[in-house]
Amino acid sequence: MMQFMLLFSRQGKLRLQKWYVAHPDKLKKKITRELITTILARKPKMCSFLEWRDLKIVYKRYASLYFCCAIEQDDNELLTLEVIHRYVELLDKYFGSVCELDIIFNFEKAYFILDELLLGGEIQETSKKNVLKAIAAQDLLQEEETPQGFFEDHGLG
Amino acid sequence: MNASEHGFNPAFNMATIKQAINEAVERVRMPTPMRLRDLIRQIRAARTAAEERSVVNKECAYIRSTFREEDSVWRCRNIAKLLYIHMLGYPAHFGQLECLKLIASPRFTDKRIGYLGAMLLLDERQDVHLLITNCLKNDLNSTTQFVVGLALCTLGAIASPEMARDLAAEVERLMKSPNAYIRKKAGLCAFRIIRRVPDLMEIFLPATRSMLSEKNHGVLITGVTLITEMCENSPDTLNHFKKIVPNLVRILKNLILAGYSPEHDVSGVSDPFLQVKILKLLRVLGKNDVDASEAMNDILAQVATNTETSKNVGNSILYETVLSIMDIKSESGLRVLAINILGRFLLNNDKNIRYVALNTLLKTVHIDTSAVQRHRSTILECLKDPDVSIRRRAMELSFALVNSQNIRTMMKELLTFLEKSEQEFKAPCSSSIVLAAERYAPNKRWHLDTLLKVLVAAGNYLRDDVISSTIQLISETTSQQAYITLQLWQALAEDKMDKQPLIQVAVWAIGEYGDLILSATVDDVNDIVKPAEGDVIEVYQRLLWSPQNSPATKQFALMSLTKLSTRFIHTNNRIQQIVSSFCSSLHIELQQRGVEFSQLFGKYNNLRGALLERMPPMEVVRGGNDIQTNGDMDESEDKTNENSPQHVNTESNVLLDLLGGSDSSDLDVIKPSSIPNQPISNSNNQDLLDLLGGLDLSAPVSTTDTGMGLIMENNNGSIPLDNSDTSNFLMGDILNTNLINEKNVPTLTAFDKNGLKIVFSLEKMSESNMVSIHLTATNSTISNMTDFLFQAAVPKAFQLQMLSPSGTIITPNGQVTQTLRVTNPNKGVLRMRIRLSYTIDGALIQEQTEVNNFPTHIWD
Repeated sequence: MMQFMLLFSRQGKLRLQKWYVAHPDKLKKKITRELITTILARKPKMCSFLEWRDLKIVYKRYASLYFCCAIEQDDNELLTLEVIHRYVELLDKYFGSVCELDIIFNFEKAYFILDELLLGGEIQETSKKNVLKAIAAQDLLQEEETPQGFFEDHGLG
Repeated sequence: MNASEHGFNPAFNMATIKQAINEAVERVRMPTPMRLRDLIRQIRAARTAAEERSVVNKECAYIRSTFREEDSVWRCRNIAKLLYIHMLGYPAHFGQLECLKLIASPRFTDKRIGYLGAMLLLDERQDVHLLITNCLKNDLNSTTQFVVGLALCTLGAIASPEMARDLAAEVERLMKSPNAYIRKKAGLCAFRIIRRVPDLMEIFLPATRSMLSEKNHGVLITGVTLITEMCENSPDTLNHFKKIVPNLVRILKNLILAGYSPEHDVSGVSDPFLQVKILKLLRVLGKNDVDASEAMNDILAQVATNTETSKNVGNSILYETVLSIMDIKSESGLRVLAINILGRFLLNNDKNIRYVALNTLLKTVHIDTSAVQRHRSTILECLKDPDVSIRRRAMELSFALVNSQNIRTMMKELLTFLEKSEQEFKAPCSSSIVLAAERYAPNKRWHLDTLLKVLVAAGNYLRDDVISSTIQLISETTSQQAYITLQLWQALAEDKMDKQPLIQVAVWAIGEYGDLILSATVDDVNDIVKPAEGDVIEVYQRLLWSPQNSPATKQFALMSLTKLSTRFIHTNNRIQQIVSSFCSSLHIELQQRGVEFSQLFGKYNNLRGALLERMPPMEVVRGGNDIQTNGDMDESEDKTNENSPQHVNTESNVLLDLLGGSDSSDLDVIKPSSIPNQPISNSNNQDLLDLLGGLDLSAPVSTTDTGMGLIMENNNGSIPLDNSDTSNFLMGDILNTNLINEKNVPTLTAFDKNGLKIVFSLEKMSESNMVSIHLTATNSTISNMTDFLFQAAVPKAFQLQMLSPSGTIITPNGQVTQTLRVTNPNKGVLRMRIRLSYTIDGALIQEQTEVNNFPTHIWD
């Protein structure tokens, strides 16, 4: 089971954090800081895996963003790379060639997409089409309840 | 009137003004809040951390005020901004309750952001959980599938045990929903609930089974995940699900054989996510189950051979397949196939694949060592990898592959590795090298050289056991003492890093054998310049005054220096000066040593020579248990360990002390109830011959090193075990069965004094050089003898095992029995020194004697 997923930039700025285990805020921050420092210090040619406490850390860099997952001992680290890749593909499809700015300004969308791919740290949907369909339907639902011209002011903006 | 004509109506005007003012106040109080994207822009525009903080603080203050005023129109936007602020690391807990209010709103937008906020801001320790449980319960019953979806997603992420209990029934109902979108989410929710509260598993069982008959991959994969969790939780459920193996095999087969399906294709592989999950469940179901394993052999072979391996995705499936093959009761051919896959992985260009291969080989190395040996050079290459994870795995695997054939090349690489590695590797790596060298050293000089290199390369990161075992080895290897002491001297003189372990070993050796390095022959010296006495003293002076050295090291040096006073001829005065300067040391231990040793130069000068004599060669007592090696324990080793008492070392050391003072330094001290697990290393014999001044017999050394057995076990497949080792086990068997009783030998009285009588009755074991001595201790006094302890020592040419005594108390006219086993490979004359201690009437009695009247014909 995946314990958490972090997205952060090359500058070490956190862009997204998804926790599937309960930790106090303080511990989450400590873990995040520790991992960001460790991973950013690694050279590009190094392998994507780290042993960290009793977890396996799997990370991969896409352009300026690092995707980092913590999985348990009996999880498959190679497949976790595929999960990360699948998530990137979904973001790409949704935003249309995604970049870091898309995720910064629409972080809630990035969370929504992740929540349709994973649930409780496990994969819930292996079809890209189904994930995007669910997201599109929910976006539509949101638009429908917001009158024309109202969204700008009353939505998230 | 006038006033009204002029349009001045005080009442009207007052009302207008009031209203205008109210509106203005309202506008100031409640402006349209900043949009999320504007806030993000502002924050990103901040050039300094302080500037960012001020933007955030201002916005937080504003958001708080809207929360206080129960502004529901902008709540959604404000929470979204708060979540962004939270991600930047600022506190946002004050938004928790507002999230719940959003969740309770009928609008989908509100719910979507509310649940997102709940997942980010709440964790299971929060008191608001009762509130959110109610919200979730409502939404789980919603008619909109996406509202149900949001609720399930949130429950899966933050379910606490209480929430899990309260909502399990709802989730179970949703698992049977006709809607696949809801069914898959409910499945994973159930998985999380079981993880939190395993007792709740029962209620999900019926609904789970049917998830496997789905076509929808989402439902299938969540179903498989759920079943895996259930099986890992309870053996009963595991048995219950054994019958689904054929279903799983069929699903997997369809995945591999089915043609291209764009929906689930990942670079030519059909739904790798589902394949891996099924392979994992098969592993759980096939473990320790021959029938289940049999049923999945074919499909595993098919996956292993048919999977496309050019991309990571295919390798992720192969990796899972290998794990499953190794874990279940698979056919041997399949296991070979699995090891070969890992071999191919090792040659892969992708670092990730190589890492996984090393990792998995480490887990499986004990199954087929020779197959792994084939990849040795590749594994050694990985020691130089820039990646720390790969290096760690390669190191562990390398040590698992060391054997007597490859020790020289392997050690060369591993020593280079040790020298260049980071601190975290030094301690485990050096200990493993020491262990491997001990087990496989081709000769003593090589062994000593290796230990020296470890001392130099590992610096201060050595474990203490390495220091003592190195000293022990130097002590017992009399023929190499001059050589190694010179080497150590050179390393010490060159050391600029204050390596404490190196200094300790070096000064110990120089102290003991200082005279040898001055008179070393050409053969010992090679290209080392022989030091003069003065050079040595100078180095000692530096060591003793350097603040970098620990008090322990200085104690080593001071003791050593004092010893040198009897080994060196011309520098006695300087030594005396240095020693006496420590009489005023601030460190109390050092001061005490200084005062004590100074006495040896003054009042007790006549005793100095005898007191500081060279120590007798130390006996081999290697605590193999302390050092862990890779691989599992041999079962027979396990059993012998259980019998072996923990206090062995201390006891034999006491006896060593006891014997040390007398002329019997050549006696081999044997632990009571030591076990027949001594592999005899022949290389030891030659060196030890020198040690035996009084007894001119060849001396096999008994090493009771259980740690070593682990490596032996690892290499079972490739190297023949020492013959002596196996024969020892055989003897053990014969002894245990007590089959043959060839020749009875009359008894002899070993001891008879103060009412305690000890009688030996001897019994020859068949076809071996072993004699069992059955000891009977009788008490002819009128008081109890308590704490009875019998200890014995025999010359090194013999091996002695002592079994546990029948008791420690001898009642009046009662008796205690104990069995000793003596092996005499050289048919020499047996001498035995015995020591007895017991308490009688509150007084501790200690006796010591030697038994020389053993009949010689028992060995014939």
